[in-house]
Amino acid sequence: MVTALSRSSLWLVSLLIAVVACAAAVDTGFAIHMLIVALACIIGLIVTLRGVDLSKAILAPDQGRYDDDPIRWGVIATVFWGMAGFLAGLFIALQLALPVLNLGFEWTAFGRVRPLHTSAVIFAFGGNALIATSFYVVQRTCRARLAFPGLARFVFWGYQLFIVLAATGYLLGITQGKEYAEPEWYVDLWLTVVWVAYLAVFVGTLVKRKEPHIYVANWFYLSFIITVAMLHIVNNLNWPVSFVGSRSYPIFAGVQGALVQWWYGHNAVGFFLTAGFLAMMYYFVPKQAERPVFSYRLSIIHFWALIFLYIWAGPHHLHYTALPDWAQTLGMVFSVMLWMPSWGGMINGLMTLNGAWDKVRTDPIIRMMVMALAFYGMSTFEGPMMSIKSVNSLSHYTDWTIGHVHSGALGWNGMITFASIYYLVPRLWNQPRLYSLRMVNWHFWLATVGIVFYAASMWVAGITQGLMWREYGADGYLVNSFVETVAALKPMFFLRAFGGLLYLAGAVVMTVNVWRTILGHSRVEAPMRDAPYDPEKDRPVVAAAPAAA
Amino acid sequence: MANPKIDDATGVETVGHEWDGIEELNNPLPRWWLWSFYACIVFSIGYCVAYPAWPLIDKATAGTLGWTSRGQLDGEMKAETARRASLIAELGKASIEQIAADPKLRRAAIDGGRAAFKVNCIQCHGNGAAGSAGYPNLNDDDWLWGGDVSAIHQTLVNGIRQPGDDATRISQMPSFGRDGILNAAQVQDVVSHVRVLAGEEKPSASAQRGAQLYTDNCTVCHGAAGEGNRTVGAPGLNDAIWLYGGTRAALTQSITNARYGVMPSWGNRLDPVTVKMLATYVHSLGGGEEAPAPAPEEAAAAPAAATK
Repeated sequence: MVTALSRSSLWLVSLLIAVVACAAAVDTGFAIHMLIVALACIIGLIVTLRGVDLSKAILAPDQGRYDDDPIRWGVIATVFWGMAGFLAGLFIALQLALPVLNLGFEWTAFGRVRPLHTSAVIFAFGGNALIATSFYVVQRTCRARLAFPGLARFVFWGYQLFIVLAATGYLLGITQGKEYAEPEWYVDLWLTVVWVAYLAVFVGTLVKRKEPHIYVANWFYLSFIITVAMLHIVNNLNWPVSFVGSRSYPIFAGVQGALVQWWYGHNAVGFFLTAGFLAMMYYFVPKQAERPVFSYRLSIIHFWALIFLYIWAGPHHLHYTALPDWAQTLGMVFSVMLWMPSWGGMINGLMTLNGAWDKVRTDPIIRMMVMALAFYGMSTFEGPMMSIKSVNSLSHYTDWTIGHVHSGALGWNGMITFASIYYLVPRLWNQPRLYSLRMVNWHFWLATVGIVFYAASMWVAGITQGLMWREYGADGYLVNSFVETVAALKPMFFLRAFGGLLYLAGAVVMTVNVWRTILGHSRVEAPMRDAPYDPEKDRPVVAAAPAAA
Repeated sequence: MANPKIDDATGVETVGHEWDGIEELNNPLPRWWLWSFYACIVFSIGYCVAYPAWPLIDKATAGTLGWTSRGQLDGEMKAETARRASLIAELGKASIEQIAADPKLRRAAIDGGRAAFKVNCIQCHGNGAAGSAGYPNLNDDDWLWGGDVSAIHQTLVNGIRQPGDDATRISQMPSFGRDGILNAAQVQDVVSHVRVLAGEEKPSASAQRGAQLYTDNCTVCHGAAGEGNRTVGAPGLNDAIWLYGGTRAALTQSITNARYGVMPSWGNRLDPVTVKMLATYVHSLGGGEEAPAPAPEEAAAAPAAATK
């Protein structure tokens, strides 16, 4: 009762502060944001006062050995934000092909919806997946319940509030104008609080562990949490114009500001989308394949090489700019050296399947993991290649970059997340199996074909664009105007949107599958392996060659 | 190492740790991986020696090749400038009329003008120079201020209604409605008459009333039959080519409030050679006119030279 009382007073005080800030706000955006915060406080207050058991809302089974409630919420949030993010992505892809879809409103213009898409997929979908899986993995590989269970719940709900504030802010036009770091100062501060709580829960659980060693997945999670905290704080060193307004100005200006931004931006890729997701890979691949990790030594070497080298590679986003030549050189060579450390994760993931390769044929979840690792390998080769200055002079500012990012994001981050979700859902809700394995297979093919359309069209578009921009006639003059290059890309824009549509369709299949699994349904279906198979020769049985037709 | 054992499927020893059922094999680093990693490092060291790389106290190491990005750009620009120097010099010396008369210079000017047009002009006049509302089409022979190459050149150099340029093309149509010169009904009558002149409407009582108003107010610039007048940039009204639209609404707006289209003077934005190139290019688009008959003697020789 005492805790309920103290909690409600905490909610009341927060509510009061939000209302006062809303009333004193110097701009509408800030006022709306404070209103959202007030609304969140009211919901929190009601939940506390009425003693609502949130776990009932998601059909959570009884608590077992580990504290899995925040993870269940996290899985649902991952699926939800994934759908929102993919939908926003399809919408802006169509806007590029058909500008009329900007609809003439400032809130639906490409410039505002685009950060909504990137933040929704990276931070909302990816971030929730990372938080949920890290809580799952750290408990099991440490044989310890989550430290600070209250704080863990705060991390989950606080992170959702961050997402809502960021997303609504973009549509309202509140932005710092820094790619992947668009939220303004007060949202940044809130995320800092949430992130420190996250670090505390994670490290607290590691400290409580009953295993002598810390598993490799946890090294990656820890490096992700610590580095993202550092990147976030340094890149958001801003001073607000007013403490009740949404605008702020950065401390770093000019080329220093650009360098800090891309040091942040590149390492968001490195530590959020690479290290964090490698942590997921290091747990879920060996678990699903039921095989030992290929090489302990490789995991150590590539981990330290990766985190040491990645942090210096950011300047390759600023080739041929005002950034001094020496910094560009270092950005490039550190990226080139990063190639093999990145591939170490791919090797360790793929070779873990040694002795279980037949599962690629029989288990669509393993198939997704293998495809994720293949795309991981492809984009971590493409990245260092594009950081080479002569390649970059062609690829920079073109759609090639967009294709590169999406082969990594859709192929690697998306696929490994889907596979992890499929692994987690039956286990978290105590179901004997997924609703449908065949739907996982459908998801796999829809997503894979979608990525091929996406990446291939953007490669063609990017190289077309790059070559047209630099095309000079024999007379020494530029051949193309900018708008002619845009017109040339239009068919590629449609193909890209089609790829996105397929990828979204796959995610819809997953949503249904997850939903039905949580409800406890099982689809009656033929087993996945229907090709005749000879276990002795470990080969599929090829039907006797039919008469040559 | 806790208790290593041999993995059956691969015959490799495990490290002996176990987490939630996950074990790790004690495989060595794949050789190809390790050597590729070393190769990348060696390449990087070599690259850092050759190119500017390591920051020191007040500057960075310069690299043994002495390369800088500014130096590279400078070299390429100088080489290109040198390659084109003689042509540019010729274009610089020649008058706009001489360029029009010399096939070689004319072709070079058109090529350069096309590129300059894409950078400077398409924002208003469109990628194909077809114009849009308020921005004239440059492909046809309907010219506001003259369509021979000298007139186009002068329009480009001094702009249209460019503040601060004494030689700019300037004129201002009165705001007949807003300033109370004509009342709303009279404006409508003039609209009717103008549309009859352009062949867009059948004669009517309104148009007949408008005809007298037109003679009193408009003829001085637009001509009795709406033929227009290039010395004041008054558009012809007897064709169906409209700068701001020929609907009743658009014409009502034009007569009531007048228009005041502006083009910057390019003479102080671009170098003289580029402006000459642009004039030659625009003249070549399809509607370019011969120099007017009462011209100085060297211009009279131009058509002859052009047909050579």
